[in-house]
This record gives sequence, C-alpha cells and structure tokens, in this order.
Amino acid sequence: MEGFVFPNEGIIEWELAIVIYPYITGLVAGAFVVSSLYHVFGMKALKPVARFSLVTALAFLLVAPMPLMSHLGRPERALEIFLTPNLNSAMSAFGYIWLMYLLLVLVETWLVFRPDIVRYARSDDGMKKAIYSVLALGVYDLSEEALAVDRKLIKVLAFIGIPAAFLLHGYVGFIFGAIKANPWWSTPLMPIIFLASAIVSGIALLIVLYVVACKIRNRPLDYHCLRALALWLGGFLSFSVVLEGLEIFSMLYESEESWGIISELVTRKISASYFGVQFVMGSVLPLFVLGGSEIMRLKEPTRTAFSCLSAMLILIGVFAMRWNVVIGGQLMSKSLRGFTSYDPPLWGINGIVVAAGFVALPFVILAIITHFLPPWQEEAKSPPRRKLSF
Amino acid sequence: MKISRRDFIKTGAGGVLGGVVAYSLPSILRILAQPGNAELPVSAAVIGEPQWEKHHWGFIADTEKCIGCGRCVVACKQENKVPWDEEYNRTWVERYVITEDGETLVDSPNAGRDGFAEATKNSEYQNLEIRKSFFVPKLCNQCEQPPCVTVCPVGATYRTKDGVVLVNQEHCIGCRYCVQACPYGARYMLPDAAQTHFGQVRVVDKCTWCYHRIQKGLLPACVEVCPVGARVFGDMRDPESPVRKILREKRVYVLKPDLGTEPKVYYVGFEKGVH
Repeated sequence: MEGFVFPNEGIIEWELAIVIYPYITGLVAGAFVVSSLYHVFGMKALKPVARFSLVTALAFLLVAPMPLMSHLGRPERALEIFLTPNLNSAMSAFGYIWLMYLLLVLVETWLVFRPDIVRYARSDDGMKKAIYSVLALGVYDLSEEALAVDRKLIKVLAFIGIPAAFLLHGYVGFIFGAIKANPWWSTPLMPIIFLASAIVSGIALLIVLYVVACKIRNRPLDYHCLRALALWLGGFLSFSVVLEGLEIFSMLYESEESWGIISELVTRKISASYFGVQFVMGSVLPLFVLGGSEIMRLKEPTRTAFSCLSAMLILIGVFAMRWNVVIGGQLMSKSLRGFTSYDPPLWGINGIVVAAGFVALPFVILAIITHFLPPWQEEAKSPPRRKLSF
Repeated sequence: MKISRRDFIKTGAGGVLGGVVAYSLPSILRILAQPGNAELPVSAAVIGEPQWEKHHWGFIADTEKCIGCGRCVVACKQENKVPWDEEYNRTWVERYVITEDGETLVDSPNAGRDGFAEATKNSEYQNLEIRKSFFVPKLCNQCEQPPCVTVCPVGATYRTKDGVVLVNQEHCIGCRYCVQACPYGARYMLPDAAQTHFGQVRVVDKCTWCYHRIQKGLLPACVEVCPVGARVFGDMRDPESPVRKILREKRVYVLKPDLGTEPKVYYVGFEKGVH
C-alpha cells in the first residue's frame, strides 16, 4: 500500500479469474471471426483453419463462464442472473448473450460437421457408432439439396455470429468502460479496444494452434493459409495498437484531475506489464517482426517461424492488457491519492494454479472435440474407418 | 428412423419451449403467491411499520466540528456487526493535513477506529509546517442516482422510497460489480467468517444509515454517539429537521459532484482535494 487508499479498498475485489475471463472470451471472438472470414466472406486461403477455428471458438466459449462463476461470492446463486436480472445492469446481459452465442456456435458447428457425423455414424460400429448417431440427431439426409440448405444456414449463422461475437466481447469492454467511478476504465473506447485486442488474440491463437496441430499430426503446413492469417493479424494488431495508444494519449493530453494518479500507475505501478509487455513485447515488436518478414521476402518456413513467434508474443501481450485493465484499475485508489497492491496467491480458488487450469481447460476440450470431429478437411474426406487421431 | 428437417426443428423448438416453461414455473408461482402490496389497506400502516413515502432522509457531516475520536466507527461496527478489521467499514474517518507549501496528506489509520491521537503516522507530521488540519467523516452517500444500484446484475441492491440504498444479502451473488461502481469506496464484501454480521458471508455490505434504527425514529448509531455533533441526521421533508436547518444556514458541498451521483451526505467546511 502506498499513499492513501479508502479503507475498504485494502482488498482487491476482482482478482485473477476476472483477468482470465475477458482473455478467454476474447479468444472466442477472435477465433470465430477467422471462421467467418471463410464461411461468410469466402476467404479461400483460410479454408484449412475454417472448421478448426470454429471448434476452437466452441471450446473456449464453453469455459468462458467458469472463471466468472468461480469468482462469485455465492456461486450457488449464479442462476439468479437469468432468473431475476436487473436489465439496467450491463452484467445482467452476460448470461443471455453467452447462451445465445453458445447456441449459435453449437448449431453452426453441427451443420458444418453434419456430413462427417453422418458418414461416421453409418460406417463406424460399437461405441463410436452410438456417439455419432446421437450427434447426428436423427438427421441422415446428405442429398445435394439438403447440403445446399446446410451451406446457406451456415452462411447465415456465420454472418449473425460476427455481430454476436462483437457483442460478446464488446460487452466485456463495456463492463469496464461504463464505470465512471474508475478513471482508468471509464472511456467509451473500452469496448472497441477490447474487441480489437480480442480479434488479435484469436488470430494469434489460431496461428500457434494450427502450426502445433500440423506438427503433432505430421502434416505439411499450408503456407498460403498461414500467410493470410499473419496478414490479418498484422492488420488488426495495427488497429489495436493505435486504439490503445489513443486512449492513453488523450488521457495525457486532457490531463484531468485523475491524470496524476494514472500517470503514476502506468509509469511506476504497472510499467513493466504495460509498457514492457503490452506495448513493446506484445504489440510493437510483433508488428515489426510481422511487417519485416513480409517485406524481406523470407522463405516460407522462416516466415512461419517468425509469425508463430509474433503470435506467441501477442498472446502474452493481450494477457498483459487484460491484467493492466482489470488489476491496474483496482490498484489505483478512487481517492486518487494512492495505490493498493496485489500479488495473486499460488493456491486457492483465486490462485495461479486454478487460473492456469481455466486457461488449459479449453485446450483439453479442443483436443476431445477434434478427436471425435477432425476439423481437417483432408482427413475428413479420407475413409472413415481410419483412426481418428488429433 | 428418418426424420425430416422440418419435423426435427418442430420437435426441437417444442422441447426448448417446454423446458423454458417448466423452468420458470417456480418463479411464476412465487410471484403469484406474494400478496400485492398495493392492496394493503391504509389502516394497516401502524406505528413502527415503515412509512416509505413520509420521509426523505438526509445527512450532514461537519468537517469543522469533527475531532477524529473515532467513536462513530466503533459504534457502527458494534451496532451493525461489521468485521472489526480495518478493511471492512460502513463508516470511517479521514484526516487531512495541508502543509504550508500546499501539499495535502491524507490518512485513516485503522479507518479512524482508534482515533488519531496514538496513530503511528503522527511522527511523520512532526517536522512539517502545517497550514491546517481537519477530519472528514465518510459513509455511504445514499446517492439519488446510485451507480451501484444500476450495475447490480440481479437487482439485489436497491433504493428505498425514503432514499436509502440497501442490499438484499439473501439475494446478492457476490459479484462485486457494485463495489467497483461506487466512486466513494463505501462498499465491501463480507469475509467468510460467520461470527460477524448476522451470519451473512461473501455478500456485499454497506452503510444503511442504520435503517433498522431510523425506521423506529432512532438516530443512526454514528450520529447518536458523536460527542461534538459533527454528524447530523434528519428528514429533508420536515422543515424543522436539523438537517434542513443546517442546509438553510450553511453552504455545503457533496463529494465528487461531477459524477452526477447526487449524494445526500452534505459536507460543511469543504476543502479542495477532498474526494
């Protein structure tokens, strides 16, 4: 503790779990946008990751509410948010938005994978046949007309899914941006900043996951696809950096009463995670690496290595951004006269171990989904009797 | 088995609708079972019952009178079973020290609970040229436009008709969005210790202006014990109430007026830099 903080501010109320939550929903939104770039906008280059990005979004979406639930003082009352919502509260929208989005992603995933499911249900036997028969939901029609209807529905859902993904994550930004009590949070830019960084983190995640998955499966990388992803990543990253820079710059330029404490926050209290990790390591450096490897006409494997490196840096940088917003905003006293401190504990429900578990869980779910529904186009076409490996 | 897409969607939609109806049945029944408040006969309002419409409470905190003894903090903790530790407070006292070169120093050791005479920080002030020093009592402002009520996702915190912001602790889910939304640091979450605060744990708590006392015509505990009359409580609808009297006689200020929360704790003797 340093300077003066209101006595009740001695305890940080929103801890590590609330850093994890916007991080995970951001990855959902970003991954979904990639899948929609193919399904709606017909970016053929992204075909190799189109289905994979959809199940990635699903895997992370399933985990998104868990850190929130775990962080409630009374998790057993969590359903009240559905049953007795206060519609003036931005937070009360969470349940509905999440549920709507989950339904949308589930239906789209089912439609996208339906031909595979039907094929597996017809050719497998035993336990597997049972699983796929359940997944088929009794619909076995694979005629050309039926598939045409499917494709149309997929396109519509993927189209609706874009504003829905924006809503899901823009809403998270609004949760913070609409708190006038906290000058570090209170800016109408917040939803857009969260959205931009969400898309950035989602694309970065897909680059890393795609490369890792190809290595595990021992398949050649589709460089065309990776290059498209890297370009989208660079584009959205530039946009995101400009927004984040604009936010702090206008605070500096306007120099309101709160600027004194905010400047101390960013230059002393969170300088390492803000300037060091979020800006330099997580934004500026990857921008140079991505741009440089595009300009220098590197060989494909080298370029891939560089985009992969940038993607990993960005994933760390976006996490730092979530930390700087959520924790940074609470370090600063609303008296504008001092700082409290926060070091996450290792153990316990709000500890680092549990938080790491929440981050790891979507990958486990993703592995299970891709085991039963291989999203790789070439594998899905191969004879269904083959072992369905990751 | 062969099901057409149309049939599949029909059955599916029916199932979802049925689920929604079945799930909402308990809450519908609960609403139906409650007697409508509007139907209560007027004669039912006997003495001792809440008379919502009759009052609109207000509070004066006089920084020119407060001596920083901390009795208000102790009385509040005892009356409302607030945890004794310094991070849990419905009310607290801040000390402002302004030096001759214009620097403002603020502290509130143990939230002012033990007074300031023995405070360890006092040595830091020894060699300073002090222009002036004063105490500022803090408590919930019971805002007319309370941001905490706006953000509560389940409507557990609400404003009564006589203008006090309360928390239904049987309903609070402990998300602490209201703690973030309060610009004054007036809210806190009760710790996981059942000995304190009437068995409520891990829900948000705040100053109620001793709602249980003022309903019976008593004063809030902090007002009751203040030895110098630095805390004044009363009905703003009553022209003769002490609050109205001070509002007539003195110029007052509220905390963070720029946020548009319309606080109802009026401060006498205001100084720049008091948030």
